[in-house]
Amino acid sequence: MTLDKNEKLNMEEILKDLDKYHPRRKGWTDRKPLPPGTKIGPFEYYQVSENLKNSIPLPVAHALQNIDPQPDAVITSEIASGRFEDDIRRMRMAAWHGADHMMVIRTTGQSHYDGLIEGTPEGVGGVPITRKQVRASRKALDMIEDEVGRPINFHSYVSGVAGPEIAVLFAEEGVNGAHQDPQYNVLYRNVNMLRSFVDAAVAKKLMAGAGIAQIDGAHNANATAREAWKVMPELLVQHALNSKYSELVGIPADKIYLSTVPPTGTPGPVLRMDLPYAVALRELFKNYKMRAQMNTKYMESDTREATVTHVLNLLISRLTNAHIQSTITPDEGRNVPWHYNSIHAVNTAKQALNGMDGLLEMVQLKEEGMLRDQAREIKERAVLFLEEILEDGGYFKAVEDGFFVDSGRYPERNGDGIARDSNGGVGANTIIERDKEYMAPVCDHFGYNKLPEGLKKACDPIDECTLCNPEKIVYIDELDEEDNANQRLAKMQEHREKGLIRPEVEWYGDGWVNTHLFLPAEPKVAEAAAIEWAKKLGMENPEVIHKQTMHPAEGTFIELKGQVNIDIDPSQIEIPEEEELIPEEEILKEIKDKPMRVVAATVGEDEHSVGMREIIDIKHGGIEGFGIKATYLGTSVSLQKAVDAAEEVNADAILISTIITHGDVHRLNMKKLHDLCVERGIRDRVILVAGGTQVTNDIAKDCGMDAGFGRGSKGHNVASFLVKRRREIQG
Amino acid sequence: MERQDDFARRREHLKDLSEEELYQRFWQLTEEIVSPLVDMAKTHTSPSIERSVLLRMGLDSMQAKELVKKIGDRELLSKGAGHVLLKVAQEKGIDVKEAAQALIEDRYWEIVDAHWGGGK
Repeated sequence: MTLDKNEKLNMEEILKDLDKYHPRRKGWTDRKPLPPGTKIGPFEYYQVSENLKNSIPLPVAHALQNIDPQPDAVITSEIASGRFEDDIRRMRMAAWHGADHMMVIRTTGQSHYDGLIEGTPEGVGGVPITRKQVRASRKALDMIEDEVGRPINFHSYVSGVAGPEIAVLFAEEGVNGAHQDPQYNVLYRNVNMLRSFVDAAVAKKLMAGAGIAQIDGAHNANATAREAWKVMPELLVQHALNSKYSELVGIPADKIYLSTVPPTGTPGPVLRMDLPYAVALRELFKNYKMRAQMNTKYMESDTREATVTHVLNLLISRLTNAHIQSTITPDEGRNVPWHYNSIHAVNTAKQALNGMDGLLEMVQLKEEGMLRDQAREIKERAVLFLEEILEDGGYFKAVEDGFFVDSGRYPERNGDGIARDSNGGVGANTIIERDKEYMAPVCDHFGYNKLPEGLKKACDPIDECTLCNPEKIVYIDELDEEDNANQRLAKMQEHREKGLIRPEVEWYGDGWVNTHLFLPAEPKVAEAAAIEWAKKLGMENPEVIHKQTMHPAEGTFIELKGQVNIDIDPSQIEIPEEEELIPEEEILKEIKDKPMRVVAATVGEDEHSVGMREIIDIKHGGIEGFGIKATYLGTSVSLQKAVDAAEEVNADAILISTIITHGDVHRLNMKKLHDLCVERGIRDRVILVAGGTQVTNDIAKDCGMDAGFGRGSKGHNVASFLVKRRREIQG
Repeated sequence: MERQDDFARRREHLKDLSEEELYQRFWQLTEEIVSPLVDMAKTHTSPSIERSVLLRMGLDSMQAKELVKKIGDRELLSKGAGHVLLKVAQEKGIDVKEAAQALIEDRYWEIVDAHWGGGK
């Protein structure tokens, strides 16, 4: 099935025949880099990859030939709606903005679920990862990647006490990337450490077989540390243990990605701390790859502050390197990420990476001084950490003794690390020693396996396993008759079919809106007042999600969310038709070949000049920018004078601005201008255009103008109209 | 454990190493730490690993869960759940899915017992 960009994703189509669907490829795909110096639009680039077939460029790109350069690094979008049917819509939007790594967050609690979950139950802070969810998502992504014209990597988590089974699922269903790090289980999920490492080996081997890229979990040490700038030596240790373990188990080095976060936050001098760390890490881990994550430790409810932090993180990526650039939604500090904020995060990465394209062609990191000294020190501290793990009796003993996530800067110790018992945690005492007869007649199995002699493949005794023959995979659709996607879709079925429109941020039709207010009151009063105000507006469940003092007495900035379950039926509202503009290049050429001259004036007793200046001035993107010669007569100009001037310079058009509207002065002015031009016998060759805050195209035409331009009009609109109208008049 | 930052003292033996020597030392120590973990993984299994084997043999997730539970109860996961299943399928001349269903319904366990002494 191919997608039509003017149609929404059809969930019924995606869910149809899922039992027969198999992925069309397996394994991770990088972007295809373009050679240094590649020209895109008016510019040359040094760190870009192939353009997309369909995409949405950055907002201001329209002024730069609408280019949408795709950076060299794969860009991640975090997908966390809690409902897979909404996740899929979010993925499509993210893909159009330049994400090609969809990282689907798991529901809270899945890591302690002893086995696979089936069907499409609703999750909390993520979705339950199930075969149906994975298969439907992969199928949808196949369509989306065809639509945008670039392979999209699908990603989730292989952790918890069902790691090997989830790894089988991912290998079978063509999942392209996954988090896998037994240390994460041990330290943050309290899964038994022996079980965690034994399971991880089989899971990793399965991932290796399916070409799945592995991302580790070390970034969590950063997020949980009390003072994140002190945790750097330990981060190197955690990365090293998982990377080396993975490699020894069979994952090729180029599929091992370090999840690395610039650890510190502003207003600290972050570059001076994060850069030496980033350099030390990349030198020690030169055989592996970098997944650069953005900082979550030092982000709260201010999305502006978070975005600046993330741009500084992106500077680190450009000053060193990043194979995958992950993104964090700027609202993660206040709620479950909203879908438009996921898109904002993708654009932050794209914009910053574009802006810093080729930075290292011009600047170089110093080979001596502060940067080198600190990088060296971090490395030495990490080596000392490794030495002490061995002295203490090895990894498990070190975990028992609370070596990890201690808030001290190693070798400093504060005695507050996370200690785990090797006989404790979820899944304690569940590993079993394989005896001499142990056998598993399947492919990609790790460890001792006494298969019969003379086999070509491990699965010969069962005549192919599911990894060799996908027809053998058993697909379970739903286990819960109530808690599933079909039931959820049915609830809003009528809403969808009627095409009703309701605001949303997380799920289709959830009704959440966000408002920005400034209240001239101190924070506590402002917060209470904002809630009251929202109630009066009719919002349900109003909640202040961000507040910031502008001045202790003068006032407070507030962001407030609330639910408004108002539906708008688009068939019942008047939607103005959008005028199709002549492209800027075409106007420029036409004016160059055949010059145009206009006179412009703010007419009547009116001193407003801003609107007309915006339409004319080259620096505001006005018509002068297209080569049109404009004579601006000033404010409070009489209509008589405007027409005189037009005759004098033989103008193609007269542009009047009429702002003041008392007693319908604006209408009178327009009518009078038309009449005057008729009297002088020039009406048939002079184009008359009026503008003003109360002017619309309809009103202007009623009053004898050729066109009217109201609020929000730009020079391009006016220039395009003038060229079109002149073509009509002159044939 | 609590300890002041004694980096200056501890680093004595590292301070004269070249960058390359420090790199080698970092990875050599890492390998020393993880090698015993890899060895442990080679010689051990777990219920999740055994369920992952049965999934790969074409069972669904619920069958895999039930069968591994039953084999575990008999303390035979050390043989490999797939091995136990294959043995029953081969002796009965049926495919593994049919054998799995039978074992879940508590049939054919006599074949398992005959081979491995009935577990506990």
